[in-house]
Amino acid sequence: MVSVDSIIGRNSLHRKVQRSLRIQKLRALGLIAPLFIFILISFVIPIGDMLFRSIENQLVSEVLPRTTEYLKSEQINEDWEPPNELFWHLYVDLAIAAEVKLHTRVGSRLNYEKTGISSLFRKSGRSIKRFGADDYRKALTDQIPELTSIDYWELLAEGTKYGYTRDTYNAWKKRLIENDDFSEKTKPSDFLFVVLANDIKSSGTTPSPDTILEEKLLPVISELPEIRFKELFLETDEDWAEPDVWDTIQLYSPSFTNGYYLNSADFKKGSDGPELRPENERLYVLIFSRTLFMSVTITMVCLLLGYPVAYFLANLPLKYANLFLILVLLPFWTSLLVRTSAWKVLLQNEGVINDVLVAIGLISNLERLELINNQTGTIIAMSHILLPFMILPLFSVMKTIHPSYVRAAKSLGATPWTAFRRVYFPQSIPGIGAGSILVFILSIGYYITPELVGGTTGTFISNRIAYHISSSLNWGLGAALGSILLAVVLALYWVYDRVVGIDNVKLG
Amino acid sequence: MTDKDNGFVVFSGVQKSYDGKILVVKDLNLSIAKGEFLTMLGPSGSGKTTCLLMLAGFETATQGEILLDSKPINNIPPHKREIGMVFQNYALFPHMTVAENLAFPLQVRSLSKSDQEQKVNHVLDMVQMSDFGNRRPGQLSGGQQQRIALARALVFEPELVLMDEPLGALDKQLREHMQFEIKHLHERLGVTVVYVTHDQTEALTMSDRVAVFNDGIIQQLDAPDKLYEAPNNCFVAQFIGENNTLEGTVESFEGDYANVRLENGQVISALAVNVGKVGEKTLISIRPERVETEAERCPEGAQKITGEVLEFIYMGDVFRTRIRVGSNDEFIVKSRNSPSQQRLQPGEMVTLGCMNKDCRALDYQTVNKEVLT
Amino acid sequence: MKLTKLSTLVLGCIIIANSSQAIDLTVVSWGGAYSKSQINAYHNPFMELNPDVNIIHDESSYEAVAKLRAMREAGNLTWDLVDAVPSDAIRLCDEGLAMEVDVDEILEPAPDGTPASEDFGASLVSECFIPQIVYSTTLGFRTDVESWNGNEPDDVCDVFDLESFPGKRSLEKRPINNLEWALLCDGVAKEDIYDVLETEEGQNRALAKLDTIKDEVIWWSAGADTPQWLADGEVVFGSTYNGRFFALIEEAKQPVKILWDAQVFEYDGWIIPTGLPEDRLAAVLDLVRFATDTQRLADQAKYISYGPARTSSNALVGEHATLGIDMAPHMPGHPDNAYNVFYFNYDWWADYRDDLDAKFQAWLAN
Repeated sequence: MVSVDSIIGRNSLHRKVQRSLRIQKLRALGLIAPLFIFILISFVIPIGDMLFRSIENQLVSEVLPRTTEYLKSEQINEDWEPPNELFWHLYVDLAIAAEVKLHTRVGSRLNYEKTGISSLFRKSGRSIKRFGADDYRKALTDQIPELTSIDYWELLAEGTKYGYTRDTYNAWKKRLIENDDFSEKTKPSDFLFVVLANDIKSSGTTPSPDTILEEKLLPVISELPEIRFKELFLETDEDWAEPDVWDTIQLYSPSFTNGYYLNSADFKKGSDGPELRPENERLYVLIFSRTLFMSVTITMVCLLLGYPVAYFLANLPLKYANLFLILVLLPFWTSLLVRTSAWKVLLQNEGVINDVLVAIGLISNLERLELINNQTGTIIAMSHILLPFMILPLFSVMKTIHPSYVRAAKSLGATPWTAFRRVYFPQSIPGIGAGSILVFILSIGYYITPELVGGTTGTFISNRIAYHISSSLNWGLGAALGSILLAVVLALYWVYDRVVGIDNVKLG
Repeated sequence: MTDKDNGFVVFSGVQKSYDGKILVVKDLNLSIAKGEFLTMLGPSGSGKTTCLLMLAGFETATQGEILLDSKPINNIPPHKREIGMVFQNYALFPHMTVAENLAFPLQVRSLSKSDQEQKVNHVLDMVQMSDFGNRRPGQLSGGQQQRIALARALVFEPELVLMDEPLGALDKQLREHMQFEIKHLHERLGVTVVYVTHDQTEALTMSDRVAVFNDGIIQQLDAPDKLYEAPNNCFVAQFIGENNTLEGTVESFEGDYANVRLENGQVISALAVNVGKVGEKTLISIRPERVETEAERCPEGAQKITGEVLEFIYMGDVFRTRIRVGSNDEFIVKSRNSPSQQRLQPGEMVTLGCMNKDCRALDYQTVNKEVLT
Repeated sequence: MKLTKLSTLVLGCIIIANSSQAIDLTVVSWGGAYSKSQINAYHNPFMELNPDVNIIHDESSYEAVAKLRAMREAGNLTWDLVDAVPSDAIRLCDEGLAMEVDVDEILEPAPDGTPASEDFGASLVSECFIPQIVYSTTLGFRTDVESWNGNEPDDVCDVFDLESFPGKRSLEKRPINNLEWALLCDGVAKEDIYDVLETEEGQNRALAKLDTIKDEVIWWSAGADTPQWLADGEVVFGSTYNGRFFALIEEAKQPVKILWDAQVFEYDGWIIPTGLPEDRLAAVLDLVRFATDTQRLADQAKYISYGPARTSSNALVGEHATLGIDMAPHMPGHPDNAYNVFYFNYDWWADYRDDLDAKFQAWLAN
């Protein structure tokens, strides 16, 4: 017998096989690539982004680097008084930030943690322009007219002598470049002259001035009035004297924070670790537990209503079953909003259901049922909307349960009820599992229906998330709430797997 | 035929219709003796399964009465009938172990735990599956599942066991093996068995009596040998075993025999089993193994039929020769591979011989071959 | 040399092609009757005068802040002009998402020469905000409630009076306005309200006052809710924007009356997103200058019962375009209506909104 080796050589055969396998793999990869990219873009990246946002807190330290650096070593308590130097750093930070309107962003970020900081920063960003920096500019440029040119400042920044000036100038320039506002014609901002004067003054204490700059400027600078930053800031807003404000800045200066998660659990960051919020501000634990409770209730209602329907459908001849299935799916043909609005018309106090109940004398006109704008409304409307998601998996699982099982049970002496309980029902559990998981997970993240019919007690955590995303713009808190929701779903899924077994879930 | 007093199971004038128009079962009268193994055999759609379901209580008779041990059971729900049943797909409960499956009928009868255990062990022993009590049905082979299904139908000691094509899903060898096991179990336990199948070999090998169903009617109810050797009508002759038919017209009667003129002009004598008057058409049924290719080898008094050889098929122990007789191209002669047996060549003209008692003149009816498989 | 000529020619062609090309401006507003009034009063006349500008209408103002922020993160600004309420304008301004403008520079003065900043006056609540209309959030009630024995509410505090005026009320599902009204009816003087509300006790006091009617309140989140509920008889008393009441009473002819007492004045106006390319910015500035002149603002009142933000426009307010009703008496600022106006403090709410919303929601949920 002629071996393959002897004809083409072992290695070349190996290579050929390898190559054909590789081509096969690449082809397979090419086929799943669109889905993979889709999932990556629409799923993995957004979830990753959400998780990142829920802990991200770079804004404060990026915009107020000098202030936060200084605060690091401060022990802030009730008797603490902000030192003068702190206001100097705050001035420089705010001046750079105000050039590109970043100070107000930090203000609204910190306002989530402490009310009032938003306007404090807004006001201060405006008022620092009136702190007298323009006098410095005038005086200095009178002496050295080149100081009005950005090129001169570039040269200054190359030198090593005035470190604070260099760093400040570079930080200022970087912000402007980020904002597309920097060019050769850009004029240096007034506050830069204050910084420069300050640097010259402190280095000029040496007996002999060693540069023309110092020689020319030192006499002018010593004549300029000193800017009392602390006084000026306190004049703008006396809140700057409050340790609380500085405490908040200090607490939120790290680049990452657990503050959003604490907030989501009704805690807040205190200087001695997390502390529970006062009772009238606790909201999220209540809403989370309510969301879980209502989702479970909706799942149970769907199961109770859907099981008999699915059973009925599964035992019909196929042509009728298909017809009825279309009826089951009918709600999907109308928009969610229309269906929910229809429930409003049906359920409201003067609505159809109440009118009918009054008309047939079941209730009196004065005791109309509160069926909407509360939990009842949400549960009714959502059960209706989610019912098909329960019926379909149940139906497809029941369809596979051969009638001979129940017949066998009966022939073995079981009453119809026993036959159902011990033989049919256990075999339909995979459908119950699939339907319940589907309905539960869909309902726990539901948004529109609870918003429209939930009133105040029937809203879900997703409504709060939506509020923070679109209204309060506290995206970090929204992301934290969303992450917790995701974690809860995954945890429940895990528990379900442990208790029932995920193999026991069938969609058909 | 019907014997209300003696029958353990009695169908009396039973009719069944699902849609109110077509009768699936037409006027069924059947009496099954205690301890009997009765098979309902027929093509699909012949009504045999419906009869079984009516007996089990899963269908109700549209008309007529079904008696079990002399008591009418029309209005008794299935779970109170005390009838064991084996299903085509076994219907073992997939979420229970084998032992739990077997204990199920005992549990619903509220037997004590120890009684349950004892009976389950006993019945597992009986089907030689003692080591499998803790397995799930899904972990068993088809044959093993079959035995458990059988055991489950027997564990609560019913006097009547129904089997609905229980061996249909098994391969040929296993099926033959299980046929014997079921047969032996039946003999050992003495229960009454009503067995439904469309496989005639199964029916012939296992049953005391076979009821051949077609078109909602029992065509013939007889012991297997009678059924094969002496079919009463054309359907049964065709359905059971291999069969040759020759079309002809009745010319005259001679005692029990009728002279029939075939289409090619030959006249042969056949036992007049199921024929009309002189001049009416009839089908003569002859089993292939009752025909000799050499007429001279027949005993005295054999009649001769001429034909042309179309095909000779060598099958080892037997030869099959396909011959054209009159208009029938499918006339088969089966001969034993003996040293004296000659091998015929296609195109040869032959004179076939057969005894007139082996020729049965039956009702003239065209039988759709498709139905028979 | 040849190459230079050719490239100049090509460049010239591109410039010409560009300049003659129509500019699409995406203008974002609230939709419904309000957008229609803007289209009739501003956009259509502007497009007639400037055939090269095409205005595309978008109805996303209710999520303007979030969308503009998302656009910045994605680096793709698709909006050119956005209609926003002052609180959103302040937010957008704080976030650097809206452009700061000098109204005297970019807007027309009044016909008599009064500079725009003076003509707009108090409505200039933020450096980024270009006011358009004055509207009010106020209360309305059904006039056919049997259990009221022929009495009609004439005081904002009647909304808290369940004995004289029983029945369901509808209030907005947010702290703004509700807390102010609650304190006002708990005996706090109008000018002290925000000082009181700044304190923990003040906030609790307001919520305690609201507690007295909590069971009878259905909370609305869309401006159309209260009119719908009043029409259905779901509520007998409720708050919404005065323009919604106008439509309910004058167009739908429902038995409802407006209670102007303690109406809360609010503004609505434009913001220009930051980062527009020059050609689009120029077109937007043209549009804004046109749409906020004295006549145009007065014209808008023909289509909706919101008052012009310019003082100089008030005199020009005429009749409704289709109903033929004299619109002046329906304006929130008409002397007959503005006898007791509550002025909204935007800066205060910019600070306290997050905190009080959390407290308000916690109060609602419990």
